Amino acid sequence: MASLELSRSPLRSRREPEVCSAGQDKYSVLLPTYNERENLPLIVWLLVKSFSESGINYEIVIIDDGSPDGTRDVAEQLEKIYGSDKILLRPREKKLGLGTAYIHGMQHATGNYIIIMDADLSHHPKFIPEFIRKQKEGNFDIVSGTRYKGNGGVYGWDLKRKIISRGANFITQILLRPGASDLTGSFRLYRKEVLQKLIEKCVSKGYVFQMEMIVRARQLNYTIGEVPISFVDRVYGESKLGGNEIVSFLKGLLTLFATT
Amino acid sequence: MTKLVQWLWGLAILGSTWAALTMGALGLELPSPYREVLWPLPAYLLVSAGCYALGTVGYRVATFHDCEDAARELQDQIQEARADLARRGLRF
Repeated sequence: MASLELSRSPLRSRREPEVCSAGQDKYSVLLPTYNERENLPLIVWLLVKSFSESGINYEIVIIDDGSPDGTRDVAEQLEKIYGSDKILLRPREKKLGLGTAYIHGMQHATGNYIIIMDADLSHHPKFIPEFIRKQKEGNFDIVSGTRYKGNGGVYGWDLKRKIISRGANFITQILLRPGASDLTGSFRLYRKEVLQKLIEKCVSKGYVFQMEMIVRARQLNYTIGEVPISFVDRVYGESKLGGNEIVSFLKGLLTLFATT
Repeated sequence: MTKLVQWLWGLAILGSTWAALTMGALGLELPSPYREVLWPLPAYLLVSAGCYALGTVGYRVATFHDCEDAARELQDQIQEARADLARRGLRF
């Protein structure tokens, strides 16, 4: 037993620096879309710009859930422009929810890190190099963008929206003590195997899904780093926060409170 | 232990300590000035917790950054992106 341990450890220490070196890391961005014809080319352009300026190895996986507005057509054009090694189209027939979109996208992702973000331009790709720097700095399993810390913030929210957001965040922090400041945000970087594990464990939908990911991550002792981000609310299309969202958020919060 | 159970334990421990002291159970007889303070203590704590919550949320709403610059930068980049993509032959 002891000799086995001994023979294994030098091998590991020799291998790890290679795996960690920047040259070998590849980042797969998962972009679930539904009616994002306007935004998709813009977000892809910004992603390509951000990645190529900082010399990062990347691919963009577009998971379109049968949008009736022709998002898929635009995605196909983008694939032609940027090449099918950079833009991967993995559409699905109909709207099937975020969790399964990530699972679907991950099956085709070749990177060892996965970045998830919204395709509606509220998350700016310029933060991704910062996420990557942060991840390397603390060797984190997850790096989460946060609107609530440092230079983070929002654009396009009225007072009511700010109060609801801050209030919901305060209650969540008190009840769940999750160890991360932005639970409902969905701009994050994960180690691929960590995201796989977390998705297996998560059962909720919508806003609560993002929250559950962080709560489960804490349970599984994964480490979380944070990067302040600016969240620019939807430029094109409509932003959604109605009574329904608030009720389902509270239900989800209480469920997590009682079960984790 | 779930977060709910942690909270229930905490409340049960605090609550029973408070009850034991105010009702003089276990033969603990506190001098009456102490008991006069102790009796309404849960109400005070509740009110101050409420004030703390309102104060914190209020402060955080007031200091929530409005990212005007980020929005402007994005608008500029959208123009640039549209022009560049059109040049590469994208039909919007």
